[in-house]
Amino acid sequence: MNHSQSRPAYLAHHFSDPAQQRDASKLGMWIFIMTEILLFGGLFLAYTVFRTLNPDMFYNAHKHLDLTLGTVNTIVLITSSVTMALAIRSTQVGKKKQTLIFLFSTLALAAVFLVIKYFEYSHKIHLGQLPGRFYTYTGIEGTNPHIFFSIYFTMTGLHAVHIIGGMVVITLMVVRTFKNHFSAEYYTPIELTGLYWHLVDLIWIYLFPLLYLVG
Amino acid sequence: MNTIPEINYLNHPKGIKSWLLTLDHKRIGVLYLVSILTAFLLGGIFAVMIRLELLTPGRDIMGPQTYNQIFTLHGAIMIFLFIIPGIPVALGNVVLPLMLGAKDVAFPRLNLASWYIYIVGALVALYAIFSGSVDTGWTFYTPYSTETGGAVVAMTLAVFILGFSSIFTGVNFVVTIHKLRAPGMTWFKMPLFIWSIYATAIIQIMATPVLGITLILLALERIVGIGIFDPAMGGDPVLFQHFFWFYSHPAVYIMILPAMGVISELIPVFSHKKIFGYRAIAYSSFGIAFISFLVWGHHMFISGQSQLASMIFSFLTFLVAIPSGVKVFNWTATLYKGSIWLQTPMLYAFSFLFLFTIGGLTGLFLGTLATDVHLTDTYFVVAHFHYVMMGGTVMAFLGGLHYWWPKMFGRMYSIKWSRIGTALIFLGFNVTFLTQFVLGTKGMPRRYYTYLDQYRPLNFYSSVGSWILALGFIITAIYLIHSLRKGKPAGNNPWGGLTLEWTTTSPPPTENFQTPPVLTHGPYDYDTADVKPTI
Ligand SMILES: [Cu+2]
Repeated sequence: MNHSQSRPAYLAHHFSDPAQQRDASKLGMWIFIMTEILLFGGLFLAYTVFRTLNPDMFYNAHKHLDLTLGTVNTIVLITSSVTMALAIRSTQVGKKKQTLIFLFSTLALAAVFLVIKYFEYSHKIHLGQLPGRFYTYTGIEGTNPHIFFSIYFTMTGLHAVHIIGGMVVITLMVVRTFKNHFSAEYYTPIELTGLYWHLVDLIWIYLFPLLYLVG
Repeated sequence: MNTIPEINYLNHPKGIKSWLLTLDHKRIGVLYLVSILTAFLLGGIFAVMIRLELLTPGRDIMGPQTYNQIFTLHGAIMIFLFIIPGIPVALGNVVLPLMLGAKDVAFPRLNLASWYIYIVGALVALYAIFSGSVDTGWTFYTPYSTETGGAVVAMTLAVFILGFSSIFTGVNFVVTIHKLRAPGMTWFKMPLFIWSIYATAIIQIMATPVLGITLILLALERIVGIGIFDPAMGGDPVLFQHFFWFYSHPAVYIMILPAMGVISELIPVFSHKKIFGYRAIAYSSFGIAFISFLVWGHHMFISGQSQLASMIFSFLTFLVAIPSGVKVFNWTATLYKGSIWLQTPMLYAFSFLFLFTIGGLTGLFLGTLATDVHLTDTYFVVAHFHYVMMGGTVMAFLGGLHYWWPKMFGRMYSIKWSRIGTALIFLGFNVTFLTQFVLGTKGMPRRYYTYLDQYRPLNFYSSVGSWILALGFIITAIYLIHSLRKGKPAGNNPWGGLTLEWTTTSPPPTENFQTPPVLTHGPYDYDTADVKPTI
């Protein structure tokens, strides 16, 4: 079979046409997203179990989270999802410079999120509102307040790891956009990065009310 | 006269680098095959050591602490490094795209990455073994696993990494099956092996992340004491068991479903007869996958979970018997009036039918509340799951290996020696484990370093069985390796199979087919298609 004609460079040898390749990549990404949801699913389960066991404590403990910072972070992440979507749109219409601007904005917003999270964490560490064995704070009424912070730090920590992972991938997309890897015909990697980023955003949308808005 | 094609995926391109950086699914399959067989060897050596120690009560070759570590390593290595990746990564990787008529899997780079991740996971496991080892059993139950010494965190990290490898393989296979089937291959013209790999991949994708989060929580519990599994801190150790078995029961079907797929290939080919109940077999794989997510509590009948929960889990567990039974009856019906050809792969298929049925039926005793309370944590359980896992999955793996070996390497192994090997493995297996059913019903607890004098004779037989098994495996290893250079060329279709992998050369070229394959008949149309074995 002659591969030289009419096969664009981005098309891998085992696919018959770009549409097949694109569909395959997208399906793969959706399945991967499902695994991520199940990963967090375990934590949601742990949350449910311990909130059911200690309802008053959860209510009292959640007041010690900073609602303002949490709200700001929610807005920051939603905005970053918008800029990510705009980056995809810009690639689709072949505007490289715009794509780069939107990708950098997404990165910047992700960084803002992490910085705010850093201030939240350090405040908690300062007060001794720490997971399990390291919990030294005394101002929360109810049974086992350390468990609330175990769950808070595990959930938000795992989410932060995903934010960092997303930033690495977006940086990769910046590099590839610079190198002109993408065009109006081929933009699947950026699209998939977008899917992943929306997932990370969506998980936060669930974490925020569960942790900051108890009661 | 059969010949080996001058240029094939094994010899072109050449060099170690071309293997380590290969994106060819067949080469990755071979890399995996070597890796999982190495793990199998290691786990097997540990198994023989366990049986040596149990030859007589008291100390034979090691102390109790070492013994705890050895059986943990046997379990963890066999499960996480051999039997869970097992059939899909080694045999599936090689034949799945061939059976579909595709040039490769959907994501070749992800495929190679999953092998490297597997290797990294295996190396971390080795590190755990040498930096203090683990004595928790492969189940890592809390609170013991959070309080014992040793390298529990390193071992959980290893299993976590291996989970990624498993997920990537699953994603790759699902997408390949959806998007890369040859023109004309509709869902119901796919070989049944593909159906079972698909059902397996769904479990890999949906259960493995839960294991991942369980291991993260366990590691956090150990490192920073988050307290959620620690009763002293308001946590719940039974919650760990729920988490663990939510993965590990479905994982049992990650182990057995691909084996059932292999058997669904072997039986029609060596009976030269259309498979009976194609759709029933295909759907039952999904039935098993679905029910597998609803039965985890049957591992926890004596954990203190509510009686009502136990009753529901017990009932749901019995439901698994239905799709499993559907398969066994359909295979048996396929044999009826077939012209049965007793080649080595078929001998393994018969071993599977025989042993898996015993393994499955003894599972009912454990799913029944009243009998399980008596049998929990005895050798009856050990015998049961070895009949399913080794009598089932390992026999099917060996059957599949002997079936596709001539396709993978182009050459035939010694038929005579392979029959001797099969006979020894079958015999050794039964001597080793049939005795353990009896030991279990007489109350001998599992995982103990020593035992009462009354269990001496049966333990002795069981240990002798392990030597027969070992001999069988040594013989198998010798003739298979010997065949790689000295075996007779097998020809394209040594067994007269109708699935697409038999239409290309043995071994196939890098892109699998010289010309794009065209589907002219279904995978088991022995009533209409004309096909002759080339050996
Ligand atoms: Cu189970």
